[in-house]
Order: sequence, then C-alpha cells, then structure tokens
Amino acid sequence: MDRILFGVTLFFYFLATFHYLLYLINQREGIGKVCQISAITGFGLHTLALIHLAVQAGHVPITNLRESLFFFAWAIVLIYLFLEYRYKIRVMGAFIIPIAFLAVLSSLSFPEASVGAPPEYLHSPWLGVHATFAFLSYSAFSIAFGVAIMYIIQERQLKHRSVGSFYRRLPSVEALDELSYKAVAMGFPLLTLAIASGSIWANSEWGYYWGWEPKEIFSFITWIVYAVYLHARLIAGWRGRKAAYLAVIGFLVVLFTFIGVSLLMPGRHAFR
Amino acid sequence: MHIVVVGLSHKTASVDVREKLSFPEARLPDALSCMGRLDPVNENLILSTCNRVETYATVKEPNAGSDGIRKFFLDYHDLVDEKYANSLYSYQGRDAVRHIFRVAASLDSMVVGEPQILGQLKDAYDHALTNKTTGVVLNRLMKKAISVAKRIRTETKIAESAVSISFAAVELARKIFGELDGKSVMLAGAGEMAELAAKHLVNNGVKSVLVANRTYERAVDLAKEFDGRPVHYEDLASEMKHADILIASTGAPHYILTAKDMKAVIKERKNRPVFLIDIAVPRNLDPEINKIDNVYLYDIDDLESVVSSNIKERQKEAESAEEIIEQETDIFLSWLRSIDVVPTIVAIRDKAEAIRRSELDKSLPRLSGLSDKQVKQVEALTQAIVNKLLHEPLVTLKRTASDPEGGGHVESARALFGLDSETTDGAGLTVENPHPQPPLPRGEGDI
Repeated sequence: MDRILFGVTLFFYFLATFHYLLYLINQREGIGKVCQISAITGFGLHTLALIHLAVQAGHVPITNLRESLFFFAWAIVLIYLFLEYRYKIRVMGAFIIPIAFLAVLSSLSFPEASVGAPPEYLHSPWLGVHATFAFLSYSAFSIAFGVAIMYIIQERQLKHRSVGSFYRRLPSVEALDELSYKAVAMGFPLLTLAIASGSIWANSEWGYYWGWEPKEIFSFITWIVYAVYLHARLIAGWRGRKAAYLAVIGFLVVLFTFIGVSLLMPGRHAFR
Repeated sequence: MHIVVVGLSHKTASVDVREKLSFPEARLPDALSCMGRLDPVNENLILSTCNRVETYATVKEPNAGSDGIRKFFLDYHDLVDEKYANSLYSYQGRDAVRHIFRVAASLDSMVVGEPQILGQLKDAYDHALTNKTTGVVLNRLMKKAISVAKRIRTETKIAESAVSISFAAVELARKIFGELDGKSVMLAGAGEMAELAAKHLVNNGVKSVLVANRTYERAVDLAKEFDGRPVHYEDLASEMKHADILIASTGAPHYILTAKDMKAVIKERKNRPVFLIDIAVPRNLDPEINKIDNVYLYDIDDLESVVSSNIKERQKEAESAEEIIEQETDIFLSWLRSIDVVPTIVAIRDKAEAIRRSELDKSLPRLSGLSDKQVKQVEALTQAIVNKLLHEPLVTLKRTASDPEGGGHVESARALFGLDSETTDGAGLTVENPHPQPPLPRGEGDI
C-alpha cells in the first residue's frame, strides 16, 4: 500500500519537476498550469502516504532515513505551494520542486523498516512536535537556498550585462533577495522551536535539557549560521550577493545536520 | 470569391516611392470608392501607413483582379514610371490571407512585434466600414486578423522585450527592482534620450524625479516638467542616496561619480540596490563602479547590446508565431470554402435525394400490390414533399448569399443539415472543416 503511494507520489513529483523546468524554458501559461496541478496532486498523495505511514508506526514517521527524507520533501512542497500561492513566482518551482523530487527519490533507495521494536520514547507526543518543527525549518532553509541560487544567477546576468535566457525568465533581484530573506526569517524561529521542544522532551524523558549529542551540536551551529545571517541583514544591512552566499552555506550546514549527522555519528538521532 | 492583396512596404520600396503611392486619410473615401468601382472588385479595403500601402480585396477572378488593382494603384496616383510598378507585390488566396495575418501580427513590420500596425489596421478597417466597401469576407477576415494578432501577442513573447534604448532601461530597472512603484530617479544633465527614459520610468510607476544640471535654472525648468525636485549640481553625490535610478547624460569631460563616491552612497543606502544608466559620451560614470555590490551600471553600449539581444529574442518568438499563422490561415480558408453558396445548395439537394431514395428502396418492396402507375405516383409524391420542404431554405440561402450581412446562413445551413460531418460529392467538392466555428456576431461597431 505505502509502496504504491510512494510510487505515484514520486511519479507526480517527476511530472512536476519536468514541467517546472520546461516552464522555466518557455514560460507558457498552459505548462504553468500543468506544473501546479501535478505539484498539488503529488502533494495530496504524499500527505496520504505520510498519514498511512504514521498510522502504521503509531508515531510521526521519521525514524529512519527513508521516512525522514520523505517527510522532509513533504515539508518543502508544503511551504513551496504556500509561497507560490502567496507570491506568484512560479519559476521558483524549477529550483525547489527538484529538491523535493530528489529527496523522495533518494528516500526510496534506503531500507524500508527499522529492525526490532522502536524504543519507548518514540511514542512520546513530543516526537511529533519536535520533528515537525525541525523539518519545517529545514524545508524553509531549502527554499531560501533555492531562491538564493536564483538570485545569484540573476545578479550575475545583470552585473555582466549578459541578458541571456535566465535574465528574461527570472524575477527581479530585489524580489529574490527579499524572498530568500523571508524564507530564512520563517525557518529560524521554527528551528529555534525545534531545538527548544527537543530540549524539553529530553528533560522529560531523561532529566536533562542538553546532552551535547552530535545532532544537538550541529543544530546549534546551524542556528548560529542563520542567526548571523539575520543579524548581518538587519543590523549590518547585508543584502544581495553576500546574503545569498550565506543562505547557500547555511543550507549545506542544514544538509549535514539533517543527513550527515544521523548517518555518520552515534546518538539518539542516528537512523537505525 | 478570391482574396487578393496588392501593395508595397518598406521591404520593397524606399520612402520616396512609398510616399508617392500612399493614400492620405482625407482621400481614403474617394480612393475606396474608386477602387470599389473596378470591374473585378467586390469588397475592398486600403491600409496606408508610413511603412506600407496595401489594398485588400475580394475579386471574381484572381489574376485579372490583381492586375486591375495594380493598374488602379498607378493610375490613381498618375504614375507611369516602371519603378513604381516594380515595387508592387501581389498575393492571392492562401498567400494573401497569410500575408494579412502576418501584417496584423506585426511579423512583417520593420521592428518585428511592435504593436502600432494593429491599430492602423483597425483604423483602415473602420474607414472601409464607414464607406461600406467591405462585405462578408473582408469583415470576417479583418476580425480574424485582429484576433490572430491578439492571440500571437498573448501566446508568444513577441512584443515583450524592449527594442529601444529607453525601454531597455525600464526593462532592466524592473529586473533589478521588480515593481517600480515608489522608486525615484535622478536625471543628471538633459537630453532627448535621458528625458524619454525618465518619462517611461515615470509611466511605469517611478514616483519622484530629481533633476541635477550644471545650470540650476535648467534643472528647475526640467524638474517642473516632471513634477520633480531640482538639485544643485555639486550636491549630486550626496543626493544620490535618495535615488534608486540615475540617468547620467551630462557633457562633463570627466566622471561625475567615482567608485569612491558610490561606495559612500551605497553604504548610506544600507545596500539597497542602485541602477545607474550612463548614456553620456564621454562616459559620466566611472566603470569601476560596477564592481560594487548591489550597484548595476549600464553604459550606452551595454544598453545597445541588451536591445540587440532582445531583437534576436523577438525573432525567435516570431517562429512560433508563424505556426499560429499557418493554423489560423487553414481555419479561415475552410470557412471561406464553406460560405460558397452553390456547393452548399447542391449538397443539401443531394442529401435530401439520397434520403428519399433509400427510404423508397426500403418501402417499395413492402408495397407489393402497387401498379406501375401507383409506383410513379409514390415517386412523385415523395419528390414533391422534398422539393416543397427545401424550397424556402434554398431560396433564402441564394438570396442572402449576395447580401453582405446575411452570409451566416450558409454556415447555419451546413450545420443544420449536417453537411460537414460527412463527405459530400455533389459538386465534386470535398468539404473539410476541422474547426467548425459559431458564426461571428455581425455587429459592425464592436471593433
């Protein structure tokens, strides 16, 4: 059952990715509609698949890399669809939906179920709160990254006075700069809540708030990077190129915190 | 019924030839009626702009028709010289329809995609309507040409990119700032191109205009024109923090802003982007400025290269426009075939006869007791019913076919009798209408 749902979700994200890239090239309204429909359909199926997984497992399905990537992709599409609806910048999809597609695709290459019964603490209601905040923040940062890449391309075109095809198709540098900032501004409080809720959970489960686990350390580093971003922006007036590069660096740190730490390092966040 | 185009354009004639053969607006009614009186001409229309002079007509016979119109062109202007005759081109049938669609969609224009021609075509059509020189075919053709042009403008990006320096400046400003509402522009120095660019920016939402000039009085005058604020020339650098866009076109022999000045400005602006347009020669702005983050500096050559790449982009879009033209030409031609009344009448008769025949063939064997005379009676009876039933529709079709307002009956008749859903071979004519369309509203004032 969940295999079928995984499969059709992947199929619709593939369709969406294909059409968003096509839309980036020719920007015909008809193709734009196909993009939207396939992304929304994919998202609906994706949601069903997640519900199915959650019901089966009895907790939020993020206990292995397969499930986590799947959940991560869901959060990206959720926030992306909101932004597309809010800002009407559809070319953005060409830079963000592929991330979701790749996340779902790679999730399928990891083993399906964890061995043995899940430890007792995974049944805590804190898991859902903590994980949802964490994944929503990751996906906001991914979107900030995608938009920052768009900014970097468009800024280069304008600086070099080479008005190629991207120049025509991408929105203005100011809009991109603003949007990337907004995504970070959205992700940062979510990350803060994720860390805070994790820490409360740890306290209720094991009696301490902070245990210097690898995940905790890297989450803290991520938090610092984006705190620097927001500070530089609000206080030092950083805008544009430097801010965009910082958003890219932040995303690399997020990726490592999310995947690298859980794969390479021991601890409660390690995928089993 | 044949459609012909006779005319000349910037592609075949220089301006001295075009002006000799043009039809000034004041003489259009006269020219239209003179042309309409030509023997082969049924409907006619004259489009006369500075880049093209063309006549569209429906004629009884295409070759004689276009020869007659060519002759009219020269006679009307009292010209005998060969060179005038040689600059005329003519198109018939499919080529004529395609040509008219291409003209309307601005694919044949000097600057491809510029929309003025569509307005000129509408005016020409209005003149023809006022003088009642168009009928069913040209009315439909003009409405179609206008809708094809609109379709091309929305489905392709042919008119989207800026092909003049001043519009390129606006386009770049939009790529930097997005919406220009609430932005401000500083004009340093005056000049036609600078003022034009400023005007376009204001039309696109720019709110405040600052004007700096070496002579302060000139700055005051120009500021009045833009409802803006004059600025003392020596305050240029310090006032730049208020300006999102600068258009520099002073005659200064040195840079009026250096990279150092600009660094201070951008710092004060908290890195909000600035767009600098330097259209002065020698240049007014230090090229080093472009290395500063969030500053975009374009000189006159940069703008020229934007324009030329935009022109290339339009040509690319023109290719997909040509495909649309071919489709629409097909649709129009199949409509044109369908309004020809004779094949329609023949087809209706044939269909009725076929039905009568097959029903008789079914029934006669069952009426076994009939004598030859009675069989003949039945034949005559059915024949009479068919004829009486068809009489009124067919007479109306014939009568309204020559009436310029009533051509829609042919289409309705074809739909009502289901003629286009099958092949009729009544007049050896195969009817194909892959895109049947509802009849257009006949109102004349809707354009």
